[in-house]
Amino acid sequence: MLLTVENLQKSFPSADGPVPVLRGVSFSLAAGRTLALTGESGSGKSTLLHLCAGLDAPDAGRIVIEGRDIAAQSDAGRAAMRRDTVGLVFQQFNLIPSLSVADNLSFHARLAGRDDPDRDAALAERLGLAAHLAKFPEQLSGGQQQRVAIGRVLAARPHLILADEPTGNLDEATGAAVLDLMLELVAESGAAFLMVTHSERLAARLDARLHLRAGQVE
Amino acid sequence: MTRAALQALWSHWRRHPLQLLTLVVGLALATGLWTGVQAINAQARLSYDQAAATLGQDRLPRLEGDLTLADFAAARRGGWIVSPVLEDRLPGTGLTLYGIDPFTLPPTPGGVMPDLSDPGVLRAFLAGELVFAAAATLPRVPDTLPEGRVLEGLAPGLVMADLTAARRWLGAEGITRLLFDGGPGTPEALAETLGARVERPESDGDLARLTDSFHLNLTAFGLLAFVVGLFIVHATIGLAFEQRRTLFRTLRALGLPQRRLGWLLAGELLAFTLVSGTLGVVLGYAVAAALLPGVAATLSGLYGAGVAGSLTLSPLWWLSGFAMAGLGMAVAGAASLRRLATLPILAPAMPRAWARAQRRTVARQGWAGLGLLAVSAFIAALGDGLIAGFATLGALLLGAALLLPPVLLAVLDAGTALAKGAVAQWLWADTRQQVPGLSLALMALLLALAANIGVGTMVGSFRATFEGWLDQRLASELYVTARSEAQADEIAAFLAPRTEAVLPIVSAEADLAGAPGEVYGVADHSTYRENWPLLDALPQVWDRLAAGEGVLVNEQLARREDLWPGTRLTLAATGPLPVLGVYSDYGNTRGQAILGLATFEAAYPEARRLRFGVRIAPGEADALADILADRFDLSAEQVVPQATIKQFSLDVFERTFAVTAALNVLTLGVAGFALWASLTTLGTMRLPQVAPVWALGLTRAELALADLGRAVLLGLLTALVAVPVGIALAWVLLAVVNVQAFGWRLPLLPDPGGWVALGGWTLIASALAAALPALRLWRMPPAEMVKVFAHER
Ligand SMILES: Nc1ncnc2c1ncn2[C@@H]1O[C@H](COP(=O)(O)OP(=O)(O)OP(=O)(O)O)[C@@H](O)[C@H]1O
Ligand SMILES: [Mg+2]
Repeated sequence: MLLTVENLQKSFPSADGPVPVLRGVSFSLAAGRTLALTGESGSGKSTLLHLCAGLDAPDAGRIVIEGRDIAAQSDAGRAAMRRDTVGLVFQQFNLIPSLSVADNLSFHARLAGRDDPDRDAALAERLGLAAHLAKFPEQLSGGQQQRVAIGRVLAARPHLILADEPTGNLDEATGAAVLDLMLELVAESGAAFLMVTHSERLAARLDARLHLRAGQVE
Repeated sequence: MTRAALQALWSHWRRHPLQLLTLVVGLALATGLWTGVQAINAQARLSYDQAAATLGQDRLPRLEGDLTLADFAAARRGGWIVSPVLEDRLPGTGLTLYGIDPFTLPPTPGGVMPDLSDPGVLRAFLAGELVFAAAATLPRVPDTLPEGRVLEGLAPGLVMADLTAARRWLGAEGITRLLFDGGPGTPEALAETLGARVERPESDGDLARLTDSFHLNLTAFGLLAFVVGLFIVHATIGLAFEQRRTLFRTLRALGLPQRRLGWLLAGELLAFTLVSGTLGVVLGYAVAAALLPGVAATLSGLYGAGVAGSLTLSPLWWLSGFAMAGLGMAVAGAASLRRLATLPILAPAMPRAWARAQRRTVARQGWAGLGLLAVSAFIAALGDGLIAGFATLGALLLGAALLLPPVLLAVLDAGTALAKGAVAQWLWADTRQQVPGLSLALMALLLALAANIGVGTMVGSFRATFEGWLDQRLASELYVTARSEAQADEIAAFLAPRTEAVLPIVSAEADLAGAPGEVYGVADHSTYRENWPLLDALPQVWDRLAAGEGVLVNEQLARREDLWPGTRLTLAATGPLPVLGVYSDYGNTRGQAILGLATFEAAYPEARRLRFGVRIAPGEADALADILADRFDLSAEQVVPQATIKQFSLDVFERTFAVTAALNVLTLGVAGFALWASLTTLGTMRLPQVAPVWALGLTRAELALADLGRAVLLGLLTALVAVPVGIALAWVLLAVVNVQAFGWRLPLLPDPGGWVALGGWTLIASALAAALPALRLWRMPPAEMVKVFAHER
């Protein structure tokens, strides 16, 4: 298994004591497989994704990626994992405002030491970004920014791709096309793919599906 | 509605206490340094006015020249209402002794007069057993003078005594002036018969005029500090408005009229003004109280001007402090309020648009900066006078400050283009992105650094030149002052066989091209030929001087009256004489001329010959001083080794610039504070830009280190820009302002060691300013960073 999550628990502090968000979530995902994560707003989907990416630490439970327990890693170890193994597409695309679109696209790949300019160019072409490479993120529409964020992850070819509503800002046709591209590239690279979505139609296109309710897998 | 809106507006400051602190402290510092300097100036002016008003001299014409008591008697017999006054410095005390005649003194309504109505007091005063002085001056009256009594309102450093007694103590033969209060004709008519000149009261304010340049200097510094402080305030207000943009929109969408919102925000600024203004004037008082003794020492060292060492401030000063705080706040807040007026309700909250607008502003700033530098060069080339000098300085500093952001951006662009690797490229690009947010603080830093380098270089150049000049000027190993001419002859006879040379030092007061000055006579000796600091001279200058063919003048006189070799100077006692040469004469504000000894003695036979310079092997000077003191019963003040005089002169010099140094450090401190405040606020604002990089695999430690490096890089670049600006500043100070203010021009001596040290301090200061925000980033809980990704922005 590429990703194994066991009995994951997470709560956030609030004025009236800790509010549990995840209450014992377990699942696993093999390389080359795709998994859709659904659930209503506020059910903890983004939180779960962030934990899997090693951005935050769980209160209890284990996350094992390629045989390594995230909790056992140091800060630098987790950073190295994010750089080399995991790729994240955020709900809020979170591009780097000071870098051009082209530099944003290749940024993660260059960090991971897997940069390939030809591949980047082809990717930009397929994502419909070729005309925008010299621009800065602030000059793009929401959908265009979303595509840059997706391209950034795909260019880096991580073993595990975590995507938080990657097509949420796109119209239906573009969304479907972008998902096609993602699934194609994921299949090509043999990566594992975990995607949060609200769309039943998109979820149906993935290998499996996980529904979160009241902090637990349904 | 209004109440709710106020609460919402105020909640911003509650959530950003540091911003609030920055705003209040920034304005308080700006106001404080400015009002402090104003307080010092006001105090000094008060003292000058007191001095000018002594004996009603601010309203009575005075007759000055070679006057004696016989002249006074003759005038009285002729029916003129005049009163004799003797005024001279009490040697070695820094005090001025006034000898007056209480019976003929014109009444001075509201003026300060000793109360002599008690016959006992009058008798003691006339007998020279009693003198008067202000309470603060009394402790400085030397023991050689009789009992002193307090006379409040008398100018600081002034001692009043009976004329006869004063003449005795000062060894004076004539009188200094006659106060004119009426008679059978005009003062000019009387002056004609007595061979004197008339000084009108309006042409007075000697001290005020003499010290004008010094106070202008202080004012310029105060203004600089004020501007640096305003940079902080401006940056903070802009930021607070920017961060509350969404709130403003929401409030307006909820029905708060635009105008009401404007008034509420203006009211908010007014409240800050009141708080900061209060803090500012208190701070200003503290600054003035701390610096005033130094300033008083400087003024008395440089100009012989007595200034009270303690503050007495009028309510007007306090009010003007508040006005200045309000003005600063208005200037700093106007732009933000104006932007609010044009803020559309529905525009999306777009923090980046602000940055982009700023980038356009930066380009415009660059052109304005270039324009100002051109203006500065233009004024420097064509302008004349002290005001032109300061205009040159102002345009130079402001122009350089405006040019800083474009220069930084250009350097950072080049860095981005050259960077290899994703992280390096991001570092450069991200630093570039930070420039607009930091530019005001960096400009403030640039101003402070340039002022530091400029003033430091000026003082350093001055010190080096001054020391070299002292060595030349004080060539004699020993300086001796005899008690009488008879004793002087004895001493000269005693010294002649024991030393290499005994050089008489004789001088007389004289009118030099329309202003009072001194004429000296010098012997024809190698001491002068080899050492005298001549700036410009005709060939065989010393031979011709000894032969009585001309005169030497000091630089001040030469520059003021355009008296260079080839022109002529007319002395009343000699007639016109060719100017043979010009010598430097630092630390003296008056004109001076030198004649050959024979010419001098013929022209000024009444000059007393009491002083000598003694040339002797340096090792024997101390022993000879002891022998002289013993044999002729001379005090330490009468036999002074060269080293002592040098030390004294250098002390005066150091004190002169102590105040400047203090203001320098304060300005630098203000700039450092601005940098710290900007970095700290930016640190929180920048989280959304840093968090994605963290998510992509950089550790918080690496990011914190990057922030630190960024600040140090910006500090370094700013320091590099500051060096040429500082050198230009030093040049203007040395070649323009000094010439106008003091009458001498100094060579610019670069001090690379000092600049490197200052650069080092800048790096340390930038690192310190960035340390806290960087530490916060390093220690930030991941949950905080993750919030960025979950947060609807
Ligand atoms: N850093 C945080 N601090 C406090 N509470 C948080 C934090 N992050 C998330 N929460 C809370 O945890 C719960 C789950 O949030 P999460 O963002 O994971 O939901 P989601 O399923 O992704 O919702 P959506 O579909 O709207 O994106 C929410 O109630 C949210 O308020
Ligand atoms: Mg979410």
